[in-house]
Amino acid sequence: MATITASQQRALDMNVITRKQRSLWMDAADRLRRNKAAMAGLFVILGFALVAIFADLRVGPLHIQLAPYDPTCYFYLNGHTACGGDVVGARSGPPTANPFWGANADPRFLLGTDQIGRDILSRLMFSARISMVIGFVPVVLYFLIGGTIGLAAGYYGGWIDNLLMRFTDIVYAFPDLLLLIIIMATIRNTWIGDIMGGLFLMFIALSIVNWVGMARLVRGQVLSLREKEFVEAARSIGAGPVRIMTRHLLPNSLAPVIVSMAFSVPLAIFAEASLSFLGIGIKPPTPSWGVMINEGFVVFTGTPSMVLLPAACIALVMLAFTFLGDGLRDALDPRMKL
Amino acid sequence: MAASTFQETTSTATAGSGRNLVVVDNLVMHFPLTQGIIFQRQVGAVRAVDGISFFVEKGETLGLVGESGCGKSTTGRALLQLYEPTGGSVRFDGTELTTLKGESLRKMRRRMQMIFQDPYASLNPRMTVGDIIGEPIEVHHLAAGRKKQDRVQELLKVVGLNPYFTNRYPHEFSGGQRQRIGVARALAVEPDFIVCDEPISALDVSIRAQIVNLLEELQGKFNLTYLFIAHDLSVVRHISDRVAVMYLGKIVELADRKELYDHPLHPYTQALLSAVPIPDPKIEAKRRRIILTGDVPSPVNPPSGCRFHTRCWKAQKICSEVDPEFIEHSARHWAACHFPG
Repeated sequence: MATITASQQRALDMNVITRKQRSLWMDAADRLRRNKAAMAGLFVILGFALVAIFADLRVGPLHIQLAPYDPTCYFYLNGHTACGGDVVGARSGPPTANPFWGANADPRFLLGTDQIGRDILSRLMFSARISMVIGFVPVVLYFLIGGTIGLAAGYYGGWIDNLLMRFTDIVYAFPDLLLLIIIMATIRNTWIGDIMGGLFLMFIALSIVNWVGMARLVRGQVLSLREKEFVEAARSIGAGPVRIMTRHLLPNSLAPVIVSMAFSVPLAIFAEASLSFLGIGIKPPTPSWGVMINEGFVVFTGTPSMVLLPAACIALVMLAFTFLGDGLRDALDPRMKL
Repeated sequence: MAASTFQETTSTATAGSGRNLVVVDNLVMHFPLTQGIIFQRQVGAVRAVDGISFFVEKGETLGLVGESGCGKSTTGRALLQLYEPTGGSVRFDGTELTTLKGESLRKMRRRMQMIFQDPYASLNPRMTVGDIIGEPIEVHHLAAGRKKQDRVQELLKVVGLNPYFTNRYPHEFSGGQRQRIGVARALAVEPDFIVCDEPISALDVSIRAQIVNLLEELQGKFNLTYLFIAHDLSVVRHISDRVAVMYLGKIVELADRKELYDHPLHPYTQALLSAVPIPDPKIEAKRRRIILTGDVPSPVNPPSGCRFHTRCWKAQKICSEVDPEFIEHSARHWAACHFPG
């Protein structure tokens, strides 16, 4: 008769114990992994992110350059090159080289050059940097600003809630794009507009306009969670407000917040592109898809690829984020409606 | 015998020995009803608890019964200062709780804990069992690191769960197991007093007895005092030393368990007791039930005089005019009725 030794018993116990230690987050990750559209979206986003990072990466002695050329360098037909500066006057002419399927294609420039001889492929790659940064940084800022205000308003209630939410309503009442245009147009030409080629101002402007939705979302979540028994249990234990907010309220309101953030990313990218197209976003010669559409617009009838290529990039990234957002929503809470 | 009011009795009781752990005097808990968008004005109040007085002796279990919405749970929460009482006083081991604020109140919370009704709602779904039980230990700086882990495992063992469950999440447990986790959390700070807010109402009938037995066992082991809130009279009869009956924000009767179940004085208590089924078909068939008519009146606008007069078969003119005093009719048996017995 076989008897179980102590070590075997321990192994059995361990097996029972380690069989299932699953948090709700891990379950959600599993559901997301099974969603094909969301995973496709995630891979597209990762692809763009990798291109953005490795377009031109220097870390100490390491130098990876995916982009064939500097996006601000001009390649003249006579063989000369020049880098930096914005040559506004040269914009009206036709491109110096067409994409590889065009008539006067140049093997050095796969997707051709623009009318002043800058490599389109390089510019598209560097534009991905702007779009990725503009997609993620402001969304984190929305979360920090809106999340803090929403948490405080929802948890404390009373006059604090009233004050914060009326202020939120006032900001909410402004039309988004109009407020963005006003902020960008007025501050863009000051020294603030010059920081990081206009990126910094873009972060600030987007955050000022868009933290409101996050604040309302978090407040709504907190209001419903505040009455749950586990929050009351935390209070009866003697937990302070900060602990209750960070350990109990925030983790439980995070699911819709993550979904909302995923949907905010493409909107921020789109807003940047719109403003840059209007000429009040990113400052040339820094490339951005919106800037490229703006520059290609004048030669659209002759060379539509100059508009269509960056437009396709914008569409692809936005679609990818929307799929990912849908997937996250389904994964995090199948019952949730947004 | 000479009838004395409740206040006289409790004041002499507290002045004498320190037998009473909790003394509640004329506790009032009103929830304001407001109107208006920016400037809110009060248009009324839900009078959930409207002036109740009782005491809980050290080491005893006081059962608190009454139908849904009569203010049982509110009483428990107001007692623990989870709500800020509108009026009255709660003395815990000689300390007045209603005036305590901030840090001193937080320190007192270590001595009084709560077990909640719904084990599905009372555990944070995003925290592991170890974090849930460890939280009170952390909040009160009782232990840290390895010592905290050991303490959590010890607590799990005490409530009859596998001590290796610490890394699991609440949704991996059954209702009964979850309630045991809730009990372990309450025990973590070694409290003197626990408010059990219908701890078995949400559980499957087959596991109710387990939890009740666990609570009784822990009471003996750790010398706990319970306020046991329930609407199941047979469970209250099983676990309680004394029983208080609530109706519409008032305690209508308070007596030792046997006395209350054998000689109920208040008509409401009599009606409640007559509704308890007897597990013997022959007696059950002969049982005379008192059927109350009508619904419980709204606590926003309670009836004048005795609150029970709208449904009482004994009601006279005086009942709708004068609120009956809470009087000790026989030793340790209080009731608020104009026509007791």
